[in-house]
Amino acid sequence: MARLSLDATRQQALSVSLATGAYGLSFGALSVAAGLDVWQTAALSLLVFSGGSQFAFVGVIGAGGGAAAAVATSTFLGLRNGFYGVGLAPVLRPLRGARKAWGAQVTIDESTAVALAQPAEDLPARRAGFWWTGVGVFVAWNAITVLGAVLGSRIGDPADWGLDAAAAAAFLALVWPRLAHRRAQAVAAASCVLALALTPIAPPGVPILAAAAVAIVAGWGHPRPEEVPE
Amino acid sequence: MSAYWWMWVGIVVAGLLSWATKLAGHSVPESWLENPRVHRIAAFVTVALLSALVAVQTFASGRSLTADARLAAVVVAAVLLWRRAPFIVVVAVAAGVAAGQRALGWG
Repeated sequence: MARLSLDATRQQALSVSLATGAYGLSFGALSVAAGLDVWQTAALSLLVFSGGSQFAFVGVIGAGGGAAAAVATSTFLGLRNGFYGVGLAPVLRPLRGARKAWGAQVTIDESTAVALAQPAEDLPARRAGFWWTGVGVFVAWNAITVLGAVLGSRIGDPADWGLDAAAAAAFLALVWPRLAHRRAQAVAAASCVLALALTPIAPPGVPILAAAAVAIVAGWGHPRPEEVPE
Repeated sequence: MSAYWWMWVGIVVAGLLSWATKLAGHSVPESWLENPRVHRIAAFVTVALLSALVAVQTFASGRSLTADARLAAVVVAAVLLWRRAPFIVVVAVAAGVAAGQRALGWG
């Protein structure tokens, strides 16, 4: 393997981009199987650009639902991206004009996680994490979506390569540095319990979004500054 | 208008709403974030959402909960993180652990 002389942040961004992009194969194949054509599939990845929302969109269509229901479900699943923007604002400011429009489009789980996994005092690393991951995932996800749509069911399941577990492990690794203090650990644990408790009973998207309530409770009082996971 | 074109309308509207959601987050006025309470909540929100995401990615199978190959992979990942293994090692080993179990037919 070629020796890459990228710094740690960019290496993280690159590996996250490739692992996430590989899921585009799954999405492309699933979307075509649900009855969308290759152009529609590619447009979803370009325009919606949020994995969970896109899988939900084609899931609703594949189950016989209408376009309006698909739009509603996809939008609901994307609401957490709005919270990410709030968390990223202090890292990325000033963000204006075309850069803001583009930065918003690449605000997703992965770019947020890599940005905030960098040390709080190292703003350039946080910014590099956001932009490299956001743009990296955007390129890989869109290219591989088209490949998946064209190849369709001829491709295997990414789960056979353990990519689903790799995604969970990657997010765990990215949130890990933020869990240094007891209060952040409690927030993480409570969020996991709440999300899992809601999974069987609430519509998709609600379990993760509900974790925001845990954050509100944790941040409402007066934790000591070192307890806040910057 | 045919179902095909309605689908296109749906895709474009979903894209616009997705982008508007993301943009709204970045457009929260700076003065709001200077409020210490809002600032603290915003810091906790990303930890909370990403932790919930890990839990769902590890245990959820549609709307049911399962303990399958992903769980063992994530546990191994947690041990590696505790031992301060590099990011790429953690991710690669997790993928290998899950893929290996599935190759052996262990779910």
